[in-house]
Amino acid sequence: MTRDTVQFWLNGEAVSVHNPDPVQTVLNWLRQERALTGSKEGCAEGDCGACTIVVGDPEAPEGVPPWRAINACIAFLPTLDGKAVMTVEGLARSGELHPVQRALVAHHGSQCGFCTPGFVMSLYAHYRNGGALDDDTLNDVLAGNLCRCTGYAPIIRAAKAMKDYPPIEEIPLPRPERAPMLALDHADPARGGRRRYFAPRTVDDLARLCLQHKSAVLLSGGTDVGLWVTKQHRDLPVLIDTGRVAGLAAIERRRDGLHIGAGARYADAGAALGTLHPMLGELLRRIGSVQVRNAGTIGGNIANGSPIGDMPPPLIALGAQLILRKGGVRRRIPLEAFFLAYGKQDRAPGEFVEAVFVPAPGPDTRFAVYKVSKRFDQDISALCGAFAVTLKDGAVATTRLAYGGMAAVPKRAERAEAALMGQTWDEAAVRRAMQALKEDFTPLDDMRASAAYRMTCAQNLLYKFWLGEQAPYLARQVRHG
Amino acid sequence: MDNCTAIKGGAAQSIPHDSAAKHVTGQARYIDDLPHPPGLLHLQPGLSSRAHARIKTLDLAAVRAAPGVVCVLTAKDIPGTNDVSPTGTGDDPVFADGEVVYAGQAVFAVAAETLAQARHAASLAVIAYEDLPAILTLDEALAAETDLEPPQIMARGDADAAIKRAPHRISGRVHIGGQEHFYLEGQAAQCLPGEDGDLIVHSSTQHPSEVQSLIAHMLNKTAKDVTVQVRRMGGGFGGKETQAAGIAAMVALACHKTGRPARLVLDRDDDMVLTGKRHDFVIGYEAGFDDAGRLAGVVFEQAARCGASMDLSAAINDRAMFHADNAYYLPNVFIRSRRLRTNTVSNTAFRGFGGPQGMMGIEHLMDAIARHLGKDPLSVRRANLYGGDGRDVTPYGQRVTDNIAPELMAELAERADYAGRREAIATFNAQNEHVKRGLALTPVKFGISFTTGFLNQAGALVHVYADGSVHLNHGGTEMGQGLFTKVAQVVASVFCIDLSHIKITATDTGKVPNTSATAASSGSDLNGMAAYNAARTIRGRLAEFAAREAGCDAKDVVFTAGRVLAGRRDWSFAELVRAAYLARISLSSTGFYATPDIHYDREAHQGRPFYYFAYGAALSEVEVDGLTGESRVRRVDILHDVGKSLNPAIDLGQIEGGFVQGMGWLTSEELVYDAGGHLRTHAPSTYKIPACGDRPAVFNVRIFARGENTEPTIHRSKAVGEPPLMLAISVFSAIGDAIASFGGGRTWPDLHAPATPENILRAITLLKGESW
Repeated sequence: MTRDTVQFWLNGEAVSVHNPDPVQTVLNWLRQERALTGSKEGCAEGDCGACTIVVGDPEAPEGVPPWRAINACIAFLPTLDGKAVMTVEGLARSGELHPVQRALVAHHGSQCGFCTPGFVMSLYAHYRNGGALDDDTLNDVLAGNLCRCTGYAPIIRAAKAMKDYPPIEEIPLPRPERAPMLALDHADPARGGRRRYFAPRTVDDLARLCLQHKSAVLLSGGTDVGLWVTKQHRDLPVLIDTGRVAGLAAIERRRDGLHIGAGARYADAGAALGTLHPMLGELLRRIGSVQVRNAGTIGGNIANGSPIGDMPPPLIALGAQLILRKGGVRRRIPLEAFFLAYGKQDRAPGEFVEAVFVPAPGPDTRFAVYKVSKRFDQDISALCGAFAVTLKDGAVATTRLAYGGMAAVPKRAERAEAALMGQTWDEAAVRRAMQALKEDFTPLDDMRASAAYRMTCAQNLLYKFWLGEQAPYLARQVRHG
Repeated sequence: MDNCTAIKGGAAQSIPHDSAAKHVTGQARYIDDLPHPPGLLHLQPGLSSRAHARIKTLDLAAVRAAPGVVCVLTAKDIPGTNDVSPTGTGDDPVFADGEVVYAGQAVFAVAAETLAQARHAASLAVIAYEDLPAILTLDEALAAETDLEPPQIMARGDADAAIKRAPHRISGRVHIGGQEHFYLEGQAAQCLPGEDGDLIVHSSTQHPSEVQSLIAHMLNKTAKDVTVQVRRMGGGFGGKETQAAGIAAMVALACHKTGRPARLVLDRDDDMVLTGKRHDFVIGYEAGFDDAGRLAGVVFEQAARCGASMDLSAAINDRAMFHADNAYYLPNVFIRSRRLRTNTVSNTAFRGFGGPQGMMGIEHLMDAIARHLGKDPLSVRRANLYGGDGRDVTPYGQRVTDNIAPELMAELAERADYAGRREAIATFNAQNEHVKRGLALTPVKFGISFTTGFLNQAGALVHVYADGSVHLNHGGTEMGQGLFTKVAQVVASVFCIDLSHIKITATDTGKVPNTSATAASSGSDLNGMAAYNAARTIRGRLAEFAAREAGCDAKDVVFTAGRVLAGRRDWSFAELVRAAYLARISLSSTGFYATPDIHYDREAHQGRPFYYFAYGAALSEVEVDGLTGESRVRRVDILHDVGKSLNPAIDLGQIEGGFVQGMGWLTSEELVYDAGGHLRTHAPSTYKIPACGDRPAVFNVRIFARGENTEPTIHRSKAVGEPPLMLAISVFSAIGDAIASFGGGRTWPDLHAPATPENILRAITLLKGESW
């Protein structure tokens, strides 16, 4: 039993869209089909936040914030199925501005105004979830909203003041509705051809669909796949959306580590990973933005095999294992073995990433992960270095050094590891390992950094690790700690 | 001047931006938000993939045959002039004709029923190129001497001799990167067909009159046939001064050809490769100075990458020369400025307009002198400020009569505890091997006026309707800077009525003609005064009428808080207006303003190009990681002069926003071109403007309380759009200061702007005597 009508609530009103084009973006639908032009397109790649909308999940479990800001420009319309969607037009009540809006007006938080709806919506989600209003929290909340006019200061002043205005009646979160699986089959009148979309509700259905549609693209958050459509104009004839698969987003704390379902979003995995090591939590905070972390998934970040994805290096350093499934058959491989070459992963047709297991570092393990980018927040790594070393009687007993941005795939530094193994954990050994990195890698050379910088910095990160800088001094724990 | 304090929204009040409530509810309309007129066509340009090539064949058959395509536009479809050059140099074609001169140049455009169809169709073009030699970098351009105009020289005294005689001499070079405007709303335009082949153009432009004129030329029409309207832009920053014209020309051409409405809103990536940016510069210097660091002579060699056409490069580079002194007196000076053509996108206006780059040269020099002498850089800067006997004339011969830089710097140093923090930083740096902090206090002196004299004029149109409500229009455009609000405040004060009675209306070439670009920070000075003059004319007529009615003298008529008092008579403003209407008094007026007392001889580079100067000072503290090159701005204190502010809240926003934008230019914003001349940083995923968390952790911004323009500007206010951007040079200087501490010696680091982690690590490595 399936259905081909996408159903959700828009600013409190029930909406049904029959068999839409699965890759129509939410932003285009709002602006073109509903004439709701408050949400803006600033980049169409999820980086500027001018299109931010808020999505409420009636099925959100207890303790999980139900209202989430996302980028409408790279979200596909069917992914809204079953959700409560709020746009900037839906906040004011019979002419009375919402406290978030009042605060922004009173504190001169808009100049040209083009980014403003996005800021309103990011703050609105935070407001409804009852989030903290300190500088660090607000910097995080707004990291995915670019403003070119204000320098952000008045927006932060407004954010801190939004609690000072009397609350107004909010549109409530609707009750969850059980509906059969959404399956679309859309004929494109403009470009020709058909596009199909499935949103399975169980892992078994997902496994079956993956076998049936071996060339299907798995949509698991869509913060990358969205750009295939908006920027690369690729045709995606079959999409299988993992977003509504029950249990696939589960994060289980086990005796020896974390079992993270492939569908777990960064936003939800961050806190759990942070319990393994605070630097891991800080790294998660620096992946994308709130909007990206509310959509993007751990499984998606691994499965797309980017050489500069931020999850693989620390997970490899911690010895993570990937659980893949094809039909009813599961296999488990070390994460580093998954990345075969640029754009090529060890995933058979019909197979999908089901989960990743991340062992907890032991008491004798020293661990650190460093991300270096041109901008601290919401930037893609120039390089990422993650290191785990265990010492026995002052000597290195195990070592796992993993880098992103240093090769065509996320990769361990085997020669550097060899240079450290069995050695006394001292500067001389570390210096030798730093030299060995030159044999391990031929770094990327691109707009994010030159090969020379990447190599020098990769060496220095290892040195930094040895120095014992467990938290980067520039990170906020230190700034405000 | 009328300063009516009892009203809501008069001049000098901190009221919100006029569109603030519309911004926060999504009701403020930008071009792409306009309801689709019936038959609207959507355009997509096709861009060159080569930096310099002859177009052998342009095969657009598949484009034409694609679903939904209505027409395809190329250079051949242009009936008039295929040029949108702002200065008539003829080198800015709407569509490349036979030859492409940069990667990203528009070659054609396709108009289709839907945007998706237009984009799909555009991708089907088959263009065969024959590559020609491409000059991409400044070094290549200097070697090939691709000067767009003869090198310009501004000089006084004998700099070489003074340098030779001086007790100390140094030389240096600073590389300064360009900057993408990254207005949040990309370039956009829509054109509607009118009667007689007339065109009504909605353009996101800072310069509607120029768009009007260029479209008219392109279509063999005259200005009367084309009307251009601008309600608001989603950011401009100079990027929509000339660059909007090509976009508007495309929709006008499509509309002209098909008779159907047409819209083009550039995709972000297309916008970033197709349209111009801030010029990147290399500035070399040589200087001689005394033991206090006071300059005896200085030579600046400025070279700018202008890109593929002239655009505004002549005036921009002139301004780099005008600000080569920043706030310092240069007794003997020689400035040579070279404007180089390259096969990259044509660089254009950007907040500061060459001034920021000019200032970077001398601020680099100030730091280098301080390190060389082992002196505190603030003492060197102070020693060189304008002031004292005979030290008040700029290299271009203008006397500096309003200098408050010394006062601002002293107050800021005191308030923000420069001395104490300098000591604390020395202690911190002594205790930390891999992390260093740096501090810098830099001034800004920025000349206000278009240096192209005729542009310093503005017009306004004010109607008072019979019910007492007011329609306000002027030639300035609103891009977020609050111009519309400020001008409306001025008018409210003239009539002494609440701002709510005044309707702010879209800039429209049909209402106020022959306008200058809203640029050069001049918006409020020019349009505020023009609107003031228009409103004063009407007020004068009302006062005369009231005096007649009351039997008193017109000068004894008082406008106060929505009422008009004359003799024993007392009207509400609306009552008086109604009575005046019935008495057949004209209630509409234009207003005009031309900046007085400015002149400039460009041949000699001498004169009084600026009506006055705006000043500011900033103190920045940073931290640098010596292992990765990462940096953070820890604290910034700013004291900035806006004269007597028309709206302190809006001015504060300009200062904070301008500073952070300048900080981005000098830290995280990097334009990277590959060997083929393709811009590799063409989207926010790769081009990093400051994010929320990048603003200084502590950010104290103050408006100079004693500020007052010595010239009779509107309410004695000062321009505020551009000057604060240059306060961010203090961040670059502070990063240099931190880096210098890794060396510990007397050398100022060879830090290229922007100070990305890579450029910082490079500078540290070089400073330690290692190779990079």
